[in-house]
Amino acid sequence: MTELPLIGEAPVAAESRLNGARIGVVTFPGTLDDRDAARAVRLAGGTAVALWHADTELADVDAVVIPGGFSYGDYLRAGAISRFAPLMSKIIDAANSDAKLPVLGICNGFQILTESHLLPGSMIKNDHLKFLCRDQVLRVENNTTAWTADYEAGQEILVPLKNQDGQYIADDKTLDALEAEGRVAFRYVGFNPNGSRRDIAGITNAAGNVVGLMPHPEHAVEPGFGPESNSGTDGLGFFTSVLNKIVGGAK
Amino acid sequence: MTTETNKKFNIDTVENAANTPDTELPWAELGLKQNEFEEIVKVLGRRPTGAELAMYSVMWSEHCSYKSSKNHLRQFGQKVTEEMKKDMLVGIGENAGVTNLGDGWAVTFKIESHNSPSFVEPYQGAATGIGGIVRDIISMGARPVAVMDPLRFGEIDHPDTARVMHGAVAGIGGYGNSLGLPNIGGEMVFDAVYQGNPLVNALAVGVMRHEDIRLANASGKGNKVVLFGARTGGDGIGGASVLASESFDDTKPSKRPAVQVGDPFAEKVLIECCLELFKGSLVEGIQDLGAAGISCATSELASNGDGGMQVELTDVLLRDPTLTPGEILMSESQERMMAVVTPENVEAFEAVMDKWAVEYAWLGEVTDTGRLIITWEGEVIVDVDPRTVAHDGPVYDRPYARPAWQDALQADTFTGSVQDAGRPAAPAELAAAVTELVASPNMCDKSWITKQYDRYVGGNTAMAFPDDAGVVRVDEETGLGVALATDANGRYTYLDPYNGAQLALAEAYRNVATSGAVPMAVSDCLNFGSPEDPDVMWQLAESIRGLSDACMELGVPVTGGNVSLYNQTGTTPIHPSPVVAVLGKLDDVARRTPSGWKEDGQAIYLLGTTANELDGSEWAKLRGHLGGLPPKVDLTAERQLGEILINASRDGMVDSAHDLSEGGLAAALVESSLRYGVGARIALEELLERDGVDLFTALFSESQARAIVSVPRSEEVRFKDMCTARGFAHLRIGVVDAASNALEINGVETLSLDALREAHEGTLPKYFG
Repeated sequence: MTELPLIGEAPVAAESRLNGARIGVVTFPGTLDDRDAARAVRLAGGTAVALWHADTELADVDAVVIPGGFSYGDYLRAGAISRFAPLMSKIIDAANSDAKLPVLGICNGFQILTESHLLPGSMIKNDHLKFLCRDQVLRVENNTTAWTADYEAGQEILVPLKNQDGQYIADDKTLDALEAEGRVAFRYVGFNPNGSRRDIAGITNAAGNVVGLMPHPEHAVEPGFGPESNSGTDGLGFFTSVLNKIVGGAK
Repeated sequence: MTTETNKKFNIDTVENAANTPDTELPWAELGLKQNEFEEIVKVLGRRPTGAELAMYSVMWSEHCSYKSSKNHLRQFGQKVTEEMKKDMLVGIGENAGVTNLGDGWAVTFKIESHNSPSFVEPYQGAATGIGGIVRDIISMGARPVAVMDPLRFGEIDHPDTARVMHGAVAGIGGYGNSLGLPNIGGEMVFDAVYQGNPLVNALAVGVMRHEDIRLANASGKGNKVVLFGARTGGDGIGGASVLASESFDDTKPSKRPAVQVGDPFAEKVLIECCLELFKGSLVEGIQDLGAAGISCATSELASNGDGGMQVELTDVLLRDPTLTPGEILMSESQERMMAVVTPENVEAFEAVMDKWAVEYAWLGEVTDTGRLIITWEGEVIVDVDPRTVAHDGPVYDRPYARPAWQDALQADTFTGSVQDAGRPAAPAELAAAVTELVASPNMCDKSWITKQYDRYVGGNTAMAFPDDAGVVRVDEETGLGVALATDANGRYTYLDPYNGAQLALAEAYRNVATSGAVPMAVSDCLNFGSPEDPDVMWQLAESIRGLSDACMELGVPVTGGNVSLYNQTGTTPIHPSPVVAVLGKLDDVARRTPSGWKEDGQAIYLLGTTANELDGSEWAKLRGHLGGLPPKVDLTAERQLGEILINASRDGMVDSAHDLSEGGLAAALVESSLRYGVGARIALEELLERDGVDLFTALFSESQARAIVSVPRSEEVRFKDMCTARGFAHLRIGVVDAASNALEINGVETLSLDALREAHEGTLPKYFG
């Protein structure tokens, strides 16, 4: 079968400064937004590297995106099976190592990160019990992480949200600690779409290299194919942030 | 396992059948008519075995054989011009037709019904409807890229409608969202005629390179036949329980869902797995398992190929080991595929299965005997010419006649009827009427449904609901893409089946052109009542005749679809509902035209002319009237309008375009204003003068071949010149007014956008939470 540009490498005039940075995008059985995450990496100027859940090595990548979808059908519990994938143990080790591999979990990826204990808390079914797809305003609460440095603190961005199990929960002690340590990375603004505690849309680990969120920044990277207002490219900053960090660090 | 289960069955072998000609068989319980059973005996030269009877009964059913509609459906293949053949790569008859998109790209799409399962069990019925149509698309070698779902339910305030609504929408979302396919549009119609028989249709579209087109045939003697995907279970076995005489004991699981149960995760894995097989050119032929399961897959693959196949049925992987041979042959368990693989590719095929952790079983091989032989532990239980199962089923020339009541119905026009008394005329009355219209169940905002569907996944959705057509990018480099719209108006078709079917095509064609795309192909889902009722049969025959004539006139071929009959409650049929999907092509999806205006000061033009056509309209429905004749069909005008919209979009002459259909100009003006929350000032005096209609008629008439567009000031001269040169009626009816936050129509009390939005968006949440 011919490799479709649709699913393969779309030729994008990448900034040569950034395309040396290699961002891995993990595919599990049931992952859906992997090609979209790879496209976002390319549009931001980086090089996307396809990773397979059963791989036992990280293929020399500088950062990893765990994309959205329904890995293993969300059976048992969203992310509960995927966290045991061979590649996940490598990602967990690398994220916790001194090198502090940047890891971004989007939607199902966020669920996998909490199941992996790289991030605290968990996601349960939306409070209204339905799948919800909408353009959602988020506030960037922490712009010091590997994935948010290109945003202003307090900046409001518009990105698509689409999930069924998006209600972020944790006990009050954990929530207090997250807020006290500045680890709430994103909050829903104007409308809490799923009942998440304290309007939390995304969080970071203490080191700022592991970030997870329910909304989909990779679907707001190209005018005309994302939200209709705000140029539809508010999500690009996630990917330029990490690329600039990687390239800057290598200077 | 097999030897143990084997003991549970009286295996009715071919040899046994030949020796026991007088054994009573439950052919009537399996839905066969006496003449059909006699035909099977004649074809075989003996009585069928239980397994053969199971195969023939499902393959000769209305659903699989099209026995009532075949004689009429032929017109779609006969009324074909050179223009229509130009871009058709694969026509009717395969899993789905394939159309050339240019640049080496091909697109395949198809619409199908899943009506009765969705009434019995809305969630699973609707979910597996999506699953089945997506597998049809994969079977052609394509990557599925989007789905759509036209829905027709009973009255919005009937208690059972909520059951169907919640279940079907959750099922479409639950299954479709898990596949990574954006849902880019559809329809939602409420009407009492669908109360006991909702219509759940599903459309899928896929794309591929020309060289990747796959067909369902089993060729090459010695090639291996493999069944892969989910295991075979007892779900979806309709009448097979009457074959229980095969079974010795009655301890087997008895509760079997007649409706299949879907597993979207299995389907998603199957999609990726199949695409990897195609990429490695590892399959010679492939067929999805849908209705009639293994019976259908083996007989169709064999009869489309070299004509022979040998299969060992005990090798099928089962969820339920107590299944009898007949049940295994009839099971409609989802997420299964059958493929033909050369011996050299067996190892590579297995590697792909193992990578995706998909189960598979090698069942047998292709032969050149012209016979489909199925064995059970080596004993022959099926020995048939596969063509007689798959293609040579009975064909009926059902009697049909124009119903006795049709004339009286058509004579009962809305204008002057009791229901037309007190027609709104004063400014306040007209404003109230517009608000009532856009809040009505059929005209209200449908985002309560569409926000439960993922429109973004894939990153190629250029347009989706509420625009007139869904648009998906195919080639990221060039921007090449496709637009899709589905339409039907059961009320129009009830009033006049020939013209009603043409109006469905005209509207879908117009919607695609409105987006800026060039219409290329048609897929239809013909939902009708019982063909044994001559009235219904007439509706079906007239609709097919009308649709095929219109396709020829508009130059768009039907490339596939399906027929769903017996949609009725007791003896009351649904309105004849030919749902027509049109696919169009956009050279660059960046050029697409949305359905709402944004820029202050742009001129608003109405294209086409307005007549007093309120029969069958949404306004008449609101007043409880159905009678008269549907709007006049003018396919020449539709084609001209389409060309204007396509050219205007390509050359940047319009920034928005919205077709006029149900709800007429009133609905289009409100929707175009609410799309981006930008108001407009409208004056229709010139229109009233030119077309000789009153203001109410101008707003609510459903005359066809019309659209409204917003034109940037710099383009106005060029746009008018184009319309004039083509001799197409065009009239400047107003201007976009970003400051007003209102829709102002001369002679109608000002409508604030906030109030309109509240009315338009409040209806579905009010009924469904």
